[in-house]
Amino acid sequence: MAYRTPVKRAVGLGSAKDGVHHWWMQRVTAIALVPLVLWFTFSMAVYAGADFETVRAWIATPMVAVLLIALIVTALFHAQLGLQVVLEDYVQPHGLQLACVIAVKFLAVLLILVGVLSVLRIALGGQT
Amino acid sequence: MQTDNRPLSPHLQVYRPQLTSVLSICHRAAGVLLAGGSLLLIYWLAAVASGPEAYATAQAVLGSLPARLLLFGWTLALFYHLGNGIRHLFWDAGKGFELRTAYASGYAVIASAVVLTLLVWILATTVGGA
Ligand code: HEM
Repeated sequence: MAYRTPVKRAVGLGSAKDGVHHWWMQRVTAIALVPLVLWFTFSMAVYAGADFETVRAWIATPMVAVLLIALIVTALFHAQLGLQVVLEDYVQPHGLQLACVIAVKFLAVLLILVGVLSVLRIALGGQT
Repeated sequence: MQTDNRPLSPHLQVYRPQLTSVLSICHRAAGVLLAGGSLLLIYWLAAVASGPEAYATAQAVLGSLPARLLLFGWTLALFYHLGNGIRHLFWDAGKGFELRTAYASGYAVIASAVVLTLLVWILATTVGGA
């Protein structure tokens, strides 16, 4: 039971500023994604039917590996920020909404890890 | 303080769909579609990392007709979202809100998405040999 008025409870806390950060990161990642996505789609078109060795050697090129990792991290970070807004708009019981947002964030991190590890395995050679 | 009874979004059903509003919801739909598509990218990379057999499987799966149709739609969504995202960034800077400009940039986004998608697929089926 809260005996203090809502104003009393909020006063002095300031705004969390988290909304601005979320909004800002969505824009920053969007700007980074423009060149990355253009480079990626046209590269994928060129390598669409390539054999294994060609594709492996292409990804193992240091510049390509770096750009792919940048794309994976940026795209999934951007996607997770965006999906959070969509879920907050449409998923109603607040508990379910929170569960969905957390699930999306976990999945995004997992995909980033799998993607980055894959590129590193290819780039740093070793088995296969 | 009651916070669960605030007015929500306007009732969209009462508005006649217009280019501007349709493009707006398409940006969201494309974003969600793209997020799903990122699974494919990660799968493909993991396949390359796993070796020739996994890669051959991935190429067979992604090269099938249903997958090709899906990838084509995904390419279109990607270029639409990219172009419209740039449109968003101009709006964020406070530019392009005049009705005529908003319509012109909307048509430009559609045109660029179609052209870029066709370009990528022509490239993929000729130079790429897919
Ligand atoms: C190619 C460059 C891209 C640009 C320029 C871009 C731009 C943007 C912008 C400006 C927004 C915010 C829209 C708003 O505030 O209403 C946004 C939202 C979003 N983006 Fe992107 N984006 C790009 C790529 C991607 C990719 C690759 C994905 C997925 C992997 C993605 C997924 C999303 C999602 C899910 C949203 C949320 C949609 C919404 O809230 O309505 N975007 N994007």
